[in-house]
Amino acid sequence: MTQLPEYPQARGCPFQPASGYADYAPVAKVRLYNGREVWAVTGHAEARQVLLDPVTYSSDRVHPHYPALAPRFESARKVRNFIGMDPPEHTVQRRMLLSSFTVKKTNALRPRIQSLVDGLVDEIEAKGPVADLVPDFALPVPSIVICELLGVPYADHGFFEHQSRRVVTGSTTLEESADAFAQLKGYLDELIRRKQREPGDGLLDTLIAEQVETGGLTRAELVDIALLLLVAGHETTASAIALGVVTLLEHPDQLAALRSDPRLLPTAVEELLRFMAIADGIARFATADADLAGHRVRAGDGVVVVIATANRDGEAFPSPAAFAVDRGARHHVSFGHGVHQCIGQNLARAEMEIALGTLFRRLPGLRLARDLADLPIKEAGGVQGVWELPVTW
Amino acid sequence: MRISADQGRCLGAGQCVLSAPDHFDQSELGLVDVLDPEVPEGDEQRFRDILDLCPSQALSLEA
Ligand code: HEM
Ligand code: HEM
Ligand code: SF4
Repeated sequence: MTQLPEYPQARGCPFQPASGYADYAPVAKVRLYNGREVWAVTGHAEARQVLLDPVTYSSDRVHPHYPALAPRFESARKVRNFIGMDPPEHTVQRRMLLSSFTVKKTNALRPRIQSLVDGLVDEIEAKGPVADLVPDFALPVPSIVICELLGVPYADHGFFEHQSRRVVTGSTTLEESADAFAQLKGYLDELIRRKQREPGDGLLDTLIAEQVETGGLTRAELVDIALLLLVAGHETTASAIALGVVTLLEHPDQLAALRSDPRLLPTAVEELLRFMAIADGIARFATADADLAGHRVRAGDGVVVVIATANRDGEAFPSPAAFAVDRGARHHVSFGHGVHQCIGQNLARAEMEIALGTLFRRLPGLRLARDLADLPIKEAGGVQGVWELPVTW
Repeated sequence: MRISADQGRCLGAGQCVLSAPDHFDQSELGLVDVLDPEVPEGDEQRFRDILDLCPSQALSLEA
């Protein structure tokens, strides 16, 4: 029997999906790092079918059948929060947070995000002629925003940026990720204890008052939810901002179109989300036998939904390989689909719009200070993006 | 045609509010509120597409 293709595969170019999946659309068997064979779902309709059916395709990360996509994922099994739960347990936790993530609430944060972004661009201009946009821009924006939203002191950002990076990086070993999780949990547990004594006005304080003090959540559960929001809230969005800059610079005609009509900003961000697929793929496992695009999936089989290829499915997106800032298509699966669809998506959109819109307006001569081919790109199978982004203007 | 929404299924992703703020809002709890259930004549396909974006299949159209 021939060797099965592997998942994940490294991207050659940071904003293009790995090329190796083309031949096995929309569903095929692949092999994970540990030799386990799982189903890769690369088609758009099939990806949605899986993500819309949490009864058949479970997210339960502590279950032994849940596939670990890389060694570090094994340690995530110890973290219990709603991204790794199925309904109805999932729904109870998610609903505790919903009121903080509505379109209205996230839009109300826009002036604050704008002033934060303006301040960072001031610093970049003052520092010139070269800046690394990852530490100087892309990372602090979501990091400060999520700290303020949660009520986590930004003074501690160096610590959790470092630790959460160790959690989401493709090459992180099992030991490293276990240690990073333990450190983050210890930090958040201490923070929540302090807040129980001296309440503040962040989302964590609200959850302490509304849930922990009334028995809706234990402190340990709140620690795991806080961990999810902190990790999910900044590494993904930081990657999306930095890679968004690269993608726009590498498509000068599209950047020019956006510059000539700034009203295109929301559709440009939506197209960046589709095109870049920052979250390359997400895992599930089958709880029952099922039919998937003519294949017989068996109970216990692992499944990986390959967001990067589902977003380039020609059946769902005409000329899928073209990056077009006026495409106006929102049915990509970059935030997932179904009950787990990203709770922070409107916050991420606001941050991307303000960060990218302001940067290209304030620095009209913005360009890479190093060849695209020489930018260090993130490892396969985690949050995708670049580690460094030296630019000049 | 009229839009009907099932708050019991809604998971507050806000796709509907982004697509048609004149027709949808989110309650204090973050769940869908239909502001205007009437689908304007000729807009049926646009609303089918909007409903298709809802990740929790909480929205439907009735004759
Ligand atoms: C561009 C940036 C982002 C991307 C690409 C992204 C992507 C995703 C994806 C693909 C999922 C679904 C996971 C699954 O189905 O297993 C997800 C879920 C989630 N995201 Fe995001 N996300 C982003 C930004 C954010 C932000 C800013 C926050 C928090 C403020 C956040 C918080 C969450 C949470 C809590 C979940 C779990 C939802 C659930 O299980 O019900 N994300 N995100
Ligand atoms: C505290 C919260 C989180 C923890 C503890 C966590 C942990 C992990 C771990 C251990 C993995 C390895 C694979 C797995 O178990 O699925 C992983 C992978 C991943 N996570 Fe998270 N994660 C969190 C939040 C998020 C959120 C909210 C997103 C949404 C964007 C996200 C996106 C991803 C992606 C894209 C992968 C890579 C899957 C792949 O290898 O293809 N993570 N995460
Ligand atoms: S799109 Fe669906 S899940 Fe999202 S707020 Fe509207 S009804 Fe709720």
